[in-house]
Amino acid sequence: MLTFVQQLLNGLTIGSFYAFVALGYSLVYAILKLINFAHGDLFGLGAYLGYTVFVYAFGVIGAKLGLWGLLAAGFVAAALGTAAAGLIIERVAYRPIYPIGRLPAVVSALGMAIFLSNFIMAVWGPRYLAYQESFIPTGFWEIGEFRIRVLQVLILVSSLVLLGILYFVVEKTTFGAAVRAVALDRETAALMGIDSLKVIRFAFAVGPALGAIAGVFVGMYYRQINFTMGWVYGLKAFTATILGGIGNIPGAMVGGIFLGLLEAFTAGYISAAWKDVFVFAALMLMLIFRPTGLLGEKVAEKV
Amino acid sequence: MNPLKKWRELRTWAPLRLAFLALFLAFLVSFPFWGSRYWVDVGFYVGLYALLGLGLNVILGEVGLFNLGHAAFWAIGAYATAILNARFGLPTLALLPVSALVAAGCAWIISSPIIHLRGDYLCIVTIALGEIVRLVLINNPGGLTGGPNGVVGIDRPVFLGHVIRTPMDFYFLVWALVALCAFGLRQLQRSRIGRAWNYIREDEIAAEAMGVDVRALKLLAFVLGAALAGIAGNIFAAKMRMVSPDSFTFLESCLMFCIVLLGGMGSIPGTILGAALVVLFPEILRPVAQYRLLFFGLALAATMYFRPGGLWPRRRAVEFLREAKS
Repeated sequence: MLTFVQQLLNGLTIGSFYAFVALGYSLVYAILKLINFAHGDLFGLGAYLGYTVFVYAFGVIGAKLGLWGLLAAGFVAAALGTAAAGLIIERVAYRPIYPIGRLPAVVSALGMAIFLSNFIMAVWGPRYLAYQESFIPTGFWEIGEFRIRVLQVLILVSSLVLLGILYFVVEKTTFGAAVRAVALDRETAALMGIDSLKVIRFAFAVGPALGAIAGVFVGMYYRQINFTMGWVYGLKAFTATILGGIGNIPGAMVGGIFLGLLEAFTAGYISAAWKDVFVFAALMLMLIFRPTGLLGEKVAEKV
Repeated sequence: MNPLKKWRELRTWAPLRLAFLALFLAFLVSFPFWGSRYWVDVGFYVGLYALLGLGLNVILGEVGLFNLGHAAFWAIGAYATAILNARFGLPTLALLPVSALVAAGCAWIISSPIIHLRGDYLCIVTIALGEIVRLVLINNPGGLTGGPNGVVGIDRPVFLGHVIRTPMDFYFLVWALVALCAFGLRQLQRSRIGRAWNYIREDEIAAEAMGVDVRALKLLAFVLGAALAGIAGNIFAAKMRMVSPDSFTFLESCLMFCIVLLGGMGSIPGTILGAALVVLFPEILRPVAQYRLLFFGLALAATMYFRPGGLWPRRRAVEFLREAKS
């Protein structure tokens, strides 16, 4: 029972990370039909930006506003910085190329992924960096024999809240209707007077910002970050996107949580070394039998 | 029609092409005799990646199947050679066709259930496939693959009593195979199968409606591409004398993908050019070794911007694009 609850908590936490990152893939894919391979590395960039703020602003902000002020500053800086990076990548590497064709866009995206991870390595170095304990909330609650960390609750609650807000924006507001219209058909949406560029910018700012928040959380949760983390989490998060059904927000959430739980339980009950094999096997099975994902709708094939 | 345009349509490149091919071959054959040992080794890797690129070119370039896990087949070929040689003592060079067959067989088994997937979905499955193969190799099932350390102690290949040992030997081995494959693939390109492949790439539904057996031809492409990767795996294992899972990462699959698209989809000379660029790029940037992949990433995006059809696109593909634009 103890293992079960611990693994459940782990799974939910990891699943929240994946859900955060999956959203960025999902948004961009819904609008541009492009797998943004650079998204995983944007997430990594977020983790490094947060780290930098924590380390260098610790004395200044930490002293004035305390731990929570510092955390807020770190998250905001990471989210803004990464959103800016996302917008720059969209402007420089995608906007000129995606009208040409999808394959050139895929190569360009791969190029950006390689560029970003090496950029991180060039700036912050190839070694692991440690998130120090002084800027991580370390408290926990004990309920019976279970121990729930404040950080875990924070991660879970913020993922629910942020994804809820995003869901509300996309499903219930006028701007959200524009986003959905562009996702359905960009040209027709443009004829209806929708500024599709604005919608694309929205996807490339919000996705990376959420990814950055996940990056900082991952740094806090595992206490260490590395320039290769973008690719590792990026691939898993992408798997989550597909599992949940690409292009819809609750799908990214469901896929992320499902993947996190699958990972935690296979690691806990079967074998930690084989857990990634299970994850990717689940992906393959899902694609073979239900390519639209858990929550995806059937898309008619265009002739 | 203005005369310049008319000349452009009538001109024939055939003699020029032949002269260029002869020059290129002369360069290839003579290079090991005047190039330094180090550059001959680099030349070997160009050949190796050209082989891998040609294999992926069949899948990605000819048929348009997004395969971002081609390193898996390379790994299967390399491990087939490594295990059969180091554990069972079979001669390395004799394992070359065996590696090709093992990789092709695995490709057939693996791709049968996923071949109906389209575009991005296939891309994702192949990424997952590449990862699964790498993880299985690391996890050392049955003690066969040696875990993260891999398999060591592979014998040098022996060709008619001559031990293939020096960079020059390997250079000739790999380029002979590249030449053979390039010729064979060129013939295939112009055959019924090649045209059917291109038809599937341009419009799968129309091809099916015209009676092209889409599924069988896609599988054939996968199997053939994997066989070439298996051959490359055999040579790689023989050259390194050891194999480990680190050699077959997602980055390698990405590089192969980029080789095909940099060169031009379905273009054999383009693929060889792409392989040369991808291998030579880090060599040229050796002075800034730490940042070379950084520049490589930028160069990829820039190439796709300036030459979206690749650096050396296939003629027919160019015409198709021109028509589509007008």
